[in-house]
Amino acid sequence: MQLHPVGPSALLAEVPTPEAAHSLASWIRHQCPDIREVVPAAETVLFDGVIDHALLSRQLALWEPDTSPDEPPPTLCIPVVYDGPDLAAVAIIWGVPAARVVGLHTSIEFVAAFCGFSPGFAYLTGLPRSLSVPRLSTPRTRVPPGSVAIADTWCAVYPSASPGGWLILGSTELRMWDQSKAAPALISPGTRVRFTDTI
Amino acid sequence: MRIEITDPGLLTTIQDRGRIGYAHLGVPRAGALDRRSADLANRLVGNDPNDAVLETTVSGVSFTVGGAVTIALTGARASLRVNGYERAFAEPLSLRAGARVTIGPARVGVRSYVALSGGVDVPPVLGSRSTDTLAFVGPDVLTLGASLLIGRPGGTPAEAPPTGASRVASWPGATRLRVHEGPRRYWFGGDALEGLSAVSYVVAASSNRIGLRLSGPSARATGEKRRELASEGIVLGAIQIPPDGQPVVFLNDHPTTGGYPVIGVVEPADLDLCAQLRPGSLIEFSVA
Repeated sequence: MQLHPVGPSALLAEVPTPEAAHSLASWIRHQCPDIREVVPAAETVLFDGVIDHALLSRQLALWEPDTSPDEPPPTLCIPVVYDGPDLAAVAIIWGVPAARVVGLHTSIEFVAAFCGFSPGFAYLTGLPRSLSVPRLSTPRTRVPPGSVAIADTWCAVYPSASPGGWLILGSTELRMWDQSKAAPALISPGTRVRFTDTI
Repeated sequence: MRIEITDPGLLTTIQDRGRIGYAHLGVPRAGALDRRSADLANRLVGNDPNDAVLETTVSGVSFTVGGAVTIALTGARASLRVNGYERAFAEPLSLRAGARVTIGPARVGVRSYVALSGGVDVPPVLGSRSTDTLAFVGPDVLTLGASLLIGRPGGTPAEAPPTGASRVASWPGATRLRVHEGPRRYWFGGDALEGLSAVSYVVAASSNRIGLRLSGPSARATGEKRRELASEGIVLGAIQIPPDGQPVVFLNDHPTTGGYPVIGVVEPADLDLCAQLRPGSLIEFSVA
């Protein structure tokens, strides 16, 4: 595993997949609970606020990509109204009728790989390469909160209004982010997600 | 006891030591940009280091206090007037109910800190009373008429130390920032940090709590490494090089992940300096 120093008290580990990143992050959180931040991303895990570098290095050397995962967490169902402004465009890109876009999207079990961009914004993996879509060449200045969108092979639900270049399939009323809760993010790394069509 | 904001200034926020442990959910760290000055202000009024203070930006702040309280002003040096009379900078000051406090514009530097005995007692959000100006998690930016609860004082005000002002860079010299190796420094050649340290940069006006934007010679990724980088976790003080080659030094409200290479990380002890750099200031990096 490639490790990179990030200043005097942080380390970046390179891993092959988002699943590996989530697995490594969970393992190290358990083995080294005093590391201030463990931030998985698409192909890396950042360990920030590392006091005991030697302990972290030893634990990293012991880690193996998950062969026997823990009890899988329950799947979160997100009800969606599939009337997004880019639904027709996605249908053309995928080469299917618009109704089939909904069928394909709701058939996938997504897994949250990591969060970034804004609080509660979780990058979901699960879209196969064959259904990859480009981003908008000019991002929207405002994507409404609750928008369900895709870009490359990622899917996400925008927790709050923000600029965004992802293709919007629809929207949900489910709240992605509530800062008054002890667990403020509805979707966090590792959460399994299925979208359902509310008609 | 409450204070009422009578002039919020350009950008005044409540800050403590920041929001720790939520970066994996995309929550910026926030917290006082000039931690040394914020800590000093709290010490001067007998507060705990985790108590929340007010952080001003360039133009100061004014408020009226609803009860007896001790305050102190640190950070960027500015005038402090109570009921119209000039009072000392970086010293504990006892105020009576009804006192009108006016903190003037920063004479040098950017951010001043006001501590009140007992601390600013807004409800913590995810363990912190800080406002982040990227995602706006936490209390609102202060507005005219805002009424803030102040906690019950716990400690004893300290003796004022001999030098209260922060290490604010004086114009026109260059401020030197020490830099450690970053995770993608090899994108910029074997002597990436030496190259970064060989030139001067100017702080651009677009700098803010999210980061210092620097103008200067472009740092370019060398040919074989120039490719897209998948977004990866970012640390405080990270020096990121976007496609235009103009470095960004990430400060407390930085995004938690980013897709441009990080060449180095500013020495944590030099971050307080970053908090006080005005647009137009000169910066030079040196390899830590």
